[in-house]
This record gives sequence, C-alpha cells and structure tokens, in this order.
Amino acid sequence: MTKQVQKLDHVIIRFAGDSGDGMQLAGDRFTQETAVFGNDLSTMPNFPAEIRAPAGTLAGVSSFQLQFADHDILTPGDAPDVLIAMNPAALKSNLKDLPPGRDLIVNTDEFTKRNLTKVGYEGSPLEDDSLEPYNVHAVPITSMTVKALEEYDITRKDAERAKNMFALGMMSWLYDRPAEGTLSFLKAKFAGKPEIMAANVAAFQAGWNFGETTEAFSVRYEVKPAPLAPGTYRNISGNTALAYGLVAASQLAGLPLFLGSYPITPASDILHELAKHKRFGVRTFQAEDEIAAVGSALGASFGGSLAVTSTSGPGMLLKAETVGLAVSVELPLIVCDIQRAGPSTGMPTKTEQADLLQAMFGRNGESPVPVIAPASPADCFNAAIEAARIAVKYRTPVILLSDGYLANGSEPWRIPDTASLPDLSQEFAFAEPAGPDNDGDAGEFEPFRRDPVTLARPWAVPGTPGLEHRIGGIEKADITGTISYDPDNHDRMVRLRQAKIDGIAADLAPVEVDDPDGAARLLVLGWGSTFGSIGAAVRRARKAGHSVAQAHLRHLNPFPPNLADVLRRYDQVLVPEINLGQLALVLRGRFLVDVISYNQVRGLPFRAAELASVIEDVIRHA
Amino acid sequence: MPEPNGHGAPGGGTAGAGDGDGHRFASLTMVPRAATRSAAKDLKSDQEVRWCPGCGDYAILAAFQAFLPELEVPRENIVVISGIGCSSRLPYYVDSYGMHSIHGRAPAIATGLAASRPDLSVWVITGDGDALSIGGNHLIHALRRNVNIKILLFNNRIYGLTKGQYSPTSERGKVTKSTPFGSLDHPFNPVSLALGADASFVARTIDSDRRHLTSVLRAAADHQGAAFIEIYQNCPIFNDDAFAPLKEAGATAERLIKLEHGEPVRFAGGSKGLRFGRHGQLEAVEVTAAEEDTLITHDAHRADPSYAFALSRLDTADFRHTPVGVFRQVEQPSYDQLMAEQIDAARSRSGPGDLAALLAGNDTWEVS
Repeated sequence: MTKQVQKLDHVIIRFAGDSGDGMQLAGDRFTQETAVFGNDLSTMPNFPAEIRAPAGTLAGVSSFQLQFADHDILTPGDAPDVLIAMNPAALKSNLKDLPPGRDLIVNTDEFTKRNLTKVGYEGSPLEDDSLEPYNVHAVPITSMTVKALEEYDITRKDAERAKNMFALGMMSWLYDRPAEGTLSFLKAKFAGKPEIMAANVAAFQAGWNFGETTEAFSVRYEVKPAPLAPGTYRNISGNTALAYGLVAASQLAGLPLFLGSYPITPASDILHELAKHKRFGVRTFQAEDEIAAVGSALGASFGGSLAVTSTSGPGMLLKAETVGLAVSVELPLIVCDIQRAGPSTGMPTKTEQADLLQAMFGRNGESPVPVIAPASPADCFNAAIEAARIAVKYRTPVILLSDGYLANGSEPWRIPDTASLPDLSQEFAFAEPAGPDNDGDAGEFEPFRRDPVTLARPWAVPGTPGLEHRIGGIEKADITGTISYDPDNHDRMVRLRQAKIDGIAADLAPVEVDDPDGAARLLVLGWGSTFGSIGAAVRRARKAGHSVAQAHLRHLNPFPPNLADVLRRYDQVLVPEINLGQLALVLRGRFLVDVISYNQVRGLPFRAAELASVIEDVIRHA
Repeated sequence: MPEPNGHGAPGGGTAGAGDGDGHRFASLTMVPRAATRSAAKDLKSDQEVRWCPGCGDYAILAAFQAFLPELEVPRENIVVISGIGCSSRLPYYVDSYGMHSIHGRAPAIATGLAASRPDLSVWVITGDGDALSIGGNHLIHALRRNVNIKILLFNNRIYGLTKGQYSPTSERGKVTKSTPFGSLDHPFNPVSLALGADASFVARTIDSDRRHLTSVLRAAADHQGAAFIEIYQNCPIFNDDAFAPLKEAGATAERLIKLEHGEPVRFAGGSKGLRFGRHGQLEAVEVTAAEEDTLITHDAHRADPSYAFALSRLDTADFRHTPVGVFRQVEQPSYDQLMAEQIDAARSRSGPGDLAALLAGNDTWEVS
C-alpha cells in the first residue's frame, strides 16, 4: 500500500506513558534518529521524582516531548501535534495540552476497567465521544508487541516491556526516521542478553511494519533536514555538555580536574559523566554530603586542581559556608547549581530559575561571587569553559546556574574544533618558587599581594619552595595575609574583594541586542534557560508586525559593562523569569530602571505563544 | 602500590626516617625527600602563639614541630589543615602550607587535597567539638575511606573558644554555662568511634608525655592511609585537670596502660595484665604464674577490630584503666592510591584522553 506523503516544516511529538514504560528511552532514540536525519530539534523530558510510582497512576506518568523542524528552532514546542498515550493515566494527564484536530495515538490494551478506575475515568474515553475533537489512532500496542514476540524465548513480562520499541518503530515509520542507529543501539545495550536484544529489535520492526501496513495511518509525514551551518554535529544534553566543558577547560588550562559531588537531582548526571573520564586524569569524589563535596573541591583547588562541585538548590544552601571560605581565601572554584523547583525539596525533576538571589547573596558578610548562566543545552559547554576562565584568572569561586530544563533537554550541537577553544593556560600562572635571594624566610612571601590589573592574589600551591603560607576564613591583613582584626584593614579587604569581582566586567563581552529594524521601543531581557522561549516568542511578535528587541544575559554578576546603556536605550524592558522576579529586583536596585517583570513558576519552561501575547500586551499598553 | 612497611613497630618508636637505614615513613612513599633535614625552628612561623598560658596545646605544638623534621620532607610538601576551635589555630604557627578552614570541615578539605596531591604530607588538626560534633560525619567518612591524612584530635572535653560549653566528650552531668543543671548527653569515646568507622590506624596519647606523644606521631607517619590520634589535652581555663588522674605520680602506673605491639600488656609496675572475660570484654587482673598464659599480648595488626574495640572500652570516666599508644594499625590501600590506580589503569588500557574524540562521541552527522 502506497501512502500519501505530507510535507511539514515542523512537528511536535509527545511520548507519554507510565514511568516503567520506557518513554524516556523511546524519546531519546527518536531524538537521536531525528538528529542524524539532520533536522533541528529541541527536547523536553518530563518525569516524576518517584522512580516507580504505583503503576498506572497519574503520579507515575512520564513524558518526553520533542520538536523537530526543517529550520532552526528554539524550544521543544508549546503543544504537541501528536500525543502517544500508552495508558489511561498518560492520556488523562496530557490530553489537555493537545489542541483539537491533532493526532492522538492510544495504546488500547491498557484501557482496562481497572486502569480506567485508577485514574478516575468512569467509562473508557475510547468508547464515548470525549476524544472526538482529535484524530484518534487506536492501536493495541501491548498485545501486538506480545504477539510479534511469540517466537522468542522470553517471559511475557519481557515481551510487554518491549512495547516502547514497538511504539518507537511505528513513530519512526510515520516520520520516516533512519532506523539504523536504534538497531545498533539495541545491539550494544543488550549485548549480554541476545534473546532480549532480538526481541527488542523485532518489536521495533513490528512497529515499523504496522505503520506501513495499517489503515490507521493514511498519511506518512516528511520533515526535511534543516539548513544548519556546515560542520560535524551531534545531539547533546545540558548536563553532558557541561561535563564536557569542564573536561575541556581542564585540558585548556593544563590543570587536573577534580569534582567533589553528592548525588542530587537534576545534577547527578554531571558526576556520572565525569566519573567515566579517568583517561583525562579526572578525579571524581562522591562525598558523604554536599558540604564535604565542596570542601574536597576547595582542598583540591588549594593543591592546584581545576576544582568543581555540582549540585542543585538544596545543596547550594549546604555549600554556602565553603563558598564563603573560598571567597575569603581567594581560590578558584566552580560551583554548578542545576536549579530545580523549590523551596526546600520542592519538585526535584521540574525546572526553575529561583536560585539567582541565593547565588548572589546567599552567604554571610560581603561575599561577592561571579554568577554565569548557560542559555541552551549545548551552551552549557561554553558556560563551563567561561566559568573556569573567570575562576582561575581571578582566583574566585564562580557559580554556574543551569537548570533542570537545560540539564535534561537536548539539541543538535556543532562540535567545536578543539583548536578554536580559548587557551586558558594564558589566563593564570601558579606563583613561582622563591629565588635564591628570597629563600622564603618567614614573612617574605606575600600571599595577598594582588595583581594590579585583575586584583587576583597569587595561586601558591603546596610543594612550591619559599611560598609557605597559611590561609583561612579569618580576616587577613592586606598583602601579608596574616590574621588581622584591624578595622581599617577589614574595610579595605571587603572593598578589595568586591572591586576584584566588579572589575571582571571589563573582561566580559558586551551584551548583544537583537533589534533587527532598530525601531524597537521594548527590550525583552532574559537570562539562562529562557533563551529559547523568549527567542521564539519574539519571533512570533515580529511576525505579527511588532518591533521588539531581545537581549540575553550570560553574566549575572558582574553584569556586562554595557548593560546600563542597553537598559536606558529602550522605553520599556520586559524581564520574563521562571521565578518571582529575581533578576528584575537586581536590575531595579542596580540601575534604577523600572523593568516589567513577567513570571511563572510552574516547573516548566515558558510557552512561546504565551510569552508572545505578553509581549504584544506590553507593546499595546505602552 | 608501595610495599607495606615491614619495619618497626607502630608506637615502638623505631621507625624514624633518621635511623640511618634509609627507611622512609610509609605515608610518604609519594612525597619527595628533603635534601637536608630541617630543624624544629624552621617549622616555626613568625606568628605569635596565642593560646592561654598553661594550655596543653603548647606542648603538642612543640612536640609536633620537633617531630616534623624527622619526616625528612621539604617543608613546602607539608600541609596542615584545621577546622575551627582553639586547637585549629595551630596551622598559623607552623611554617609550612596551611589552611584554617571551617568548623568541622577539615577532614573533607584535606580529603580533596590528599586525593589530588599524593606528593604532600597532609595533617589535620582538630578538637573534640570540631571533629566529633559539627564535623562528626566528615571524620568517620575520612577514616573509612582511608584517605592518607593524619588526624590529631585535641580532646579537652570542653568548648574553649566559645568559652566553656560542654562538648561531645564531656562526662554526663557536666555543669557548664550551657548546662547549669548538668549535661544530659552521653559522651563519645573517640577511640571507639574511630574503630567503629573501621579506621586503619587508631591511637591515643597525652599532651604531658612528650616522648609518648612523639612516638605516636612517628607511628602515624609510618602508616599509609588515615591515622587517627586522640590527644588528651588540658584546658586550664574551662576544664582544668580533666586528665589529672592520669598525671598524678603515684596513680599513673595503676591507671595508664601503655600499649606496645608484640608486648604483653602490663601495668601497675608489671603486676597487672589484661585477659578476655566471658563476654569478650577485657578485664584487668593480677599477673600470676598460673594465669600468665591467659593474659593478652598486644597485637595492633589484627584485621578484626573487635579486640582494639574491647581495649578502647577499658577507658571509663574515672580513668580507672586508660590504654594509650596504638590500638590498631592495619595495612589497607589508601584512597589516593586507589584513585591514582584507576586513572593509571584507564590510561594504560586506552591511552590518554583525546578531547576531540570525547566531544564527537559516537553518533555524529555532517552538514555541508
């Protein structure tokens, strides 16, 4: 049967099922096939914090949304064009996001009386008219998978578990995805279990063949590759990109990498990734707690490592004391905060941007720390290198604010030529051993004599003769570094530490404003992971005929040197944040500019359409 | 991995680097050797020592500074890390590298340093509040990991720097500013705690016995891995004479049990020894010819820590019997060694890391 082929410029697919249904894996594989095919793409996994919530319940629903297109895109999309619901719970919790007229693929086998009752359906929605607005494809995925695997010597349970591969095969056919990558992935993953491997491959193929032969799908879709800049590409998630950025920074600086970390969602994958790379001399230390994680990193930094700790908001609280010590002893330290919804435990697997003020001010005393934020999953790579550059050059802790959306989301990444990466070894030098004329008699080495330009103090690592010195959290005398309770000295040291951080601004690229027609009177200013949604919203507003400028901050402390000018150039500044206005508070305080704060804290990224209407509202009421 | 040290008995005082036979302390196998041996005065910084007059810390500092040259390590390869408290001021007075860090966190900071720099001799200075209260977690984990650090716990059974509150080693019922009706807490026995954490080296000594203190430092330096030393230290201001029963000329022999590996345990002038009771506990008995065979000989190298634990339980609040010396010293690979081995193994298996290959991964596509 030859099927009609319909050309699309973009598609948004959402796989939804029970936590045990393998939806994240199906989504990952579909993403990988799509990446290799050459579409631009953006993904958003969304899963519960519970590892296996009771099967079939609303709490246990796990989903994976992916947008892919024949042009460059910025977000995983607002609303799916296709929803795959593997059970009634997945249908119930995701249907509200599916616009009428779109495709709904339902695994009918799971719509049993028991499963329906579990989520509060009185009758089956498949049998009443509630799904009428949608283009429903009723597919008995589980039973077809089991039937396809009858020949294999596996348990019924294992056969049922392969239903995600059936669904993936079906979707891969529907969107004409290349299957080779998934087949070789399955071969590698189940190399030790040949029967399971063969069964999964067979399930995938059964799904593919079903798509081809069934009348349930009358149309096959085609989304052409996107015209991306020439180069070699791969798909990458934010946490992987961040880990790679740290390895790269270590190589570029010529410093061994040390990671002290304690498992926490959604940061643990950084520890997992770095633990693999022993060949690069990476030392990973899974500490007894968040405090020891950052403490061990500070100890390694004292010893001359490029030292990192990775965590999320609750861990940041525990690390605050050690970050304060790092401010006081002026040693390099990279603190990666993969933000999640708070306060307290909050919603561990959901995203938020609400740790900005904690990063900036969450320590006792005057304790300035540079803060930077990546804008997209792949940008986590660059942000990690930039964090390392500032840390080693200025001998300071640096806080890198990623978040759950960036951490787990993925996008195509043009792999950089390693020769094009910055040479961090030029940004710092260890203090040289004392010469023969300066044999290091007590008092001669001055551990707090600063570089006149950067105000950084010497990084004098143990093992260097003649530079023996003691550092600590007690206030130190300027230059000599000995304990000092002198009032004027304390005032001077507080100001010097602040001046050092403020001075970094001169070393930052100016913030770039995207204002294509130069006529905009509204600037939309964001930071961190909202880059994609703001960008997509601004595009929509422009398409609707509005002039809007967009700028995005990589550096939150200090701000780029031209930010004051940029803010004053526009009549209005709209600041969308996934918090209650934290950047807005700082901008108002620092620049006396009455920015308009737009906020949502739903544990999800902004929807581009919503933001676009906010932009249009602001312009209309200007 | 370095050869286990077969030379000298821990606590026996014969394992010095300066004994002329070229022996090196076991913890220093990766640490460079000094061209010339420094003197104690070389390890004194220019900072004025600011403990209270009569504080036991002075004696410990003097013994420590006098001992460090025995390591025959360049002083720039010695690092002293402390937490917060009176004892934690010590790094300022030693002219090497040092960090006066955060309350309780010294073992964590030292772990990062020792794990990444096996060429350093790393010492942790801490107190009973620092190590056993706010930092209890870091202490036990550093010990179980067997990080190559030497932890000197100055136990004065009181909070000094905050002016006299009871500590986690204060005896129950202690009347202090924060416990005017007596403390309610049952105290920790630091040696028992360290043994419970499977520490590979556990010892106890006293500030007032410099020779013994030095012999324990020597044994600790000769141990590859984490060494835990409890030092009974007098606080003349807030808890004076806390250890007086161990310092009275007549009573000392009766109370103090000096442990020597391989030697029969004897005290009270040799008239008393130890034997196992019915429930595995140790009990003090008169030495008689008939009973001699049942009395124990000290064996610090037993893999099973139960015997060392039983020894540690002899110590009671009234100091009736207080063992000092090395309770336990067993050979185990240290954390930094294992970490370095994993890196070496990965490199010899597949060569040093290639950044371009890492970034590319396995699933790439070309856009032209």
